Amino acid sequence: MVQLKVNGVQRSFDGELDMPLLWYLRDILGLTGTKFGCGMALCGACTVHQNGKAVRSCITTMQRAAGSEIRTIEDVAAHGLHPVQKAWMQVSVPQCGYCQSGQIMQAISLLNEKQKPTDQDIDDGMSGNICRCGTYQRIRAAIKAAAGERA
Amino acid sequence: MNSITNVSRRGFLQGALSAGALVLSVRLVPEALWAADAPPGSRADQAVLHPSVYLGIDTDGTVYVMAHRSEMGTTSRTSLPLVLAEELDADWSRVKVQQAIGDARYGSQDTDGSHSIREFYDPMCEAGGTARLMLIRAAAQQWGVPEGECSTEPHVVVHKASGKKAGYGELAAAAAKLPVPKKEELKFKPSSAWRYVGKGQSSCDLEDICTGKAKFGMDARTEDMVYASIEHPPVLGGKLKSYDEKGPLQVKGVRQTVAIDTFTPPHHFQPLGGIAVIADNTWSAMKGRQKLKPVWDNGPHAAYNSEQFKKELQETARKPGKAARNQGDVAAAFAQGGKILEAEYYVPHLAHASMEPPVALADYRDGKVTVWASTQNPQGVQEVIAEKLGVPKESVTCHVPLLGGGFGRKSKPDFAAEAAILSKKVGRPVKVVWSREDDIHFDYFHTVSAMYMKAALGSNGMPTAWLQRSVFPSIGTTFNVDATAAGAGELQQGWTDLPFDIPNMRAENAGAAAHVRIGWLRSVANIYHAFAAQSFANECAHAAGRDSVEYLLALVGPARIVDIKKSAPDYPNYGGSLESYPIDTARYRHVIEVAAGESGWGKKKFGKGQGMGIAVHRSFLTYVATVVQVEVNDQGELRIPRVDTAVDAGLVVNPVATRNQFEGAAVFGTSLARFGEITATDGVVDQANFDSYPVSRMNEAPYQTNVHIVESSAPPAGVGEPGVPPFAPALCNAIFAATGKRVRELPLSRTKLA
Repeated sequence: MVQLKVNGVQRSFDGELDMPLLWYLRDILGLTGTKFGCGMALCGACTVHQNGKAVRSCITTMQRAAGSEIRTIEDVAAHGLHPVQKAWMQVSVPQCGYCQSGQIMQAISLLNEKQKPTDQDIDDGMSGNICRCGTYQRIRAAIKAAAGERA
Repeated sequence: MNSITNVSRRGFLQGALSAGALVLSVRLVPEALWAADAPPGSRADQAVLHPSVYLGIDTDGTVYVMAHRSEMGTTSRTSLPLVLAEELDADWSRVKVQQAIGDARYGSQDTDGSHSIREFYDPMCEAGGTARLMLIRAAAQQWGVPEGECSTEPHVVVHKASGKKAGYGELAAAAAKLPVPKKEELKFKPSSAWRYVGKGQSSCDLEDICTGKAKFGMDARTEDMVYASIEHPPVLGGKLKSYDEKGPLQVKGVRQTVAIDTFTPPHHFQPLGGIAVIADNTWSAMKGRQKLKPVWDNGPHAAYNSEQFKKELQETARKPGKAARNQGDVAAAFAQGGKILEAEYYVPHLAHASMEPPVALADYRDGKVTVWASTQNPQGVQEVIAEKLGVPKESVTCHVPLLGGGFGRKSKPDFAAEAAILSKKVGRPVKVVWSREDDIHFDYFHTVSAMYMKAALGSNGMPTAWLQRSVFPSIGTTFNVDATAAGAGELQQGWTDLPFDIPNMRAENAGAAAHVRIGWLRSVANIYHAFAAQSFANECAHAAGRDSVEYLLALVGPARIVDIKKSAPDYPNYGGSLESYPIDTARYRHVIEVAAGESGWGKKKFGKGQGMGIAVHRSFLTYVATVVQVEVNDQGELRIPRVDTAVDAGLVVNPVATRNQFEGAAVFGTSLARFGEITATDGVVDQANFDSYPVSRMNEAPYQTNVHIVESSAPPAGVGEPGVPPFAPALCNAIFAATGKRVRELPLSRTKLA
């Protein structure tokens, strides 16, 4: 039996330990804001926070998630829009929007580590997250806007 | 014929509106074809080219607009209702957009070809304008004043002389009792009075997307549903010989396996066939699949090897083909000499790789099917399921959640048919989830193409003759295996429509057999045609020793309307009339000048490995010129610091969405130019996921794309696709300027730039 906390709620799971956290969140808890894109940590659509750090939930097994605190996109705006979400809206980042949960989770994690990220920091932090619609320029602008607001 | 009927009692917006609401239907089909009690979807044949939209105003003032086109990121789900809100003079914050189900009464819902705004701008204006006039009339009657003295402010009818005002909600019930005004009675706003059109509006789904609440096809859920992952035949048309039925059952959560028959050719939108593993969750289904041990009869396409096929295409391209356009006499002109240039270009198969792989949930009960599909083509979903399950099309209800990208792949509803077939067999709702590997292996691929180009340059460096030949398996093979020759719809895309001012021109084509499923991908044949024609134009400029921009303007020639039907009688012009949408070289010239001017062309000082390239292209009736700036370092690594793209798309309804589309097109173009390549060995596609089929990441994409929208009063044209075609040739022309290396074959990863 795996114990973990998801968006502040204590959960237990008695399924297969090699099940990726992604499918536990989506299929079992119904938290569909976290997306499936590749299953191999190549695209970042499934990004969630584990103990405050961005991880790829598609390769994070339930065994490795045991005992940790998981936060998904659904919880980010639980107490009002996060500055990163506000910046995303202000810059009108999304096109199809499918990858944006993962982009936002990754950007929040980046900004937690680098208060004022440089272009290189943003490249390094965000290049694991693919956007097939090609919103990278606006993602960069939104991250800078969010960093500016925080300062 | 265009008429609007008051359908308040027809209940089409069931559930969306309270009683007494004003509901308008705008149609472009004759009244007789539209019986009030006809079941949904019964008149596809008559209505398919004739759009219809629906608008409802509730008594609380809420305006409901049905979005009948699929939303995959182009923002048409917002922009079309915005047009309606404009002419209704509605308060946008009180407009609720509702996604329509698939229904032939809406006309074509196949959201492709960049024509949502082009085709539905007028019907949306008329729907809004009609409702506004009815609300004004209802108010004028109530107040006993002449209708001409009444006007509107957002969501309110006003009689200025008396100071009387009434909200749209208050007037809705009275307005619903009035006859529908004739189109001739409608008065549309002058553009100077527009509040929304041309001003820019973010997606109505913006906040939901940013908070994870937006529901995509992947997010569809229903009670008692089970999940399916399908092992498809590795080679197109392959048949299942045997598999281990018990193996998957060892995986916890797996319920059963179900074999799906391989299609009978042509494959069309039919499922590929294979074995589905049904499980309690997606992971168990995927894991169970690994224990299937399938044995296949691969069939004739197992002989397909893309490297050998490439040589065959190139051989064919060196021989005369069938003329699709001819003017003057190229053979005679070549015989007269001049400086002869020849070049061959090649673009491989490409995959769509939208971030959300194909996914659909279907629930079959008592002969009726309800589907939630990530589809660009909900009526296609109805049709293929009806055919596969032997039920009437009207028994298939297709809901359309948001699409996590589409790019043309999701016009083909094979995966939705899989879900329906499985739901019927399993007796429960089934959600089919394709893995990324499934998506890339079993795409409807962008075709593979070889182009041969030849020009004779006269003493002034300008071509006296231009011959171009393209060879590729046609999209037609998806619908008829023998339809290997290109259709006019493919040849119009950057081949027969070349606007160059050259006395002797000939565009040829030869067909080729298809060994994978061929489909349309964002901008389709324009990709390879523009790559060849715009690269070769740049080769001519270099051979003539002239500046690329100056030469391109000279090639386009003086401002004129190209008399295209004279030399290419079959030219379809993307379904637009040549009167409304002529091939206008003044517009080509203007976008070239804007892109060059804004980019600082000719004014920047470049160091080693730096340079700029330009390309111009008209597609989907929109004119685009793109200037790409590159840096190539000593290791051959490429960086794209800046892109300037000038867009003349006629009237632009939503500049925010348009900028997004053209910024995105630069990234899409970067992906295909740098990395895009699908190959096959023994009929099996070699690529599987984003490691073997890379697409641009942030650090590989253009750093900055500046979109320059040309103000235009021309009718609206496409914006989703037209940014893609000029990008690759502009990039490769820039690489030539920076390094002296001419790239004639994509992707760039095949060429050493250092």
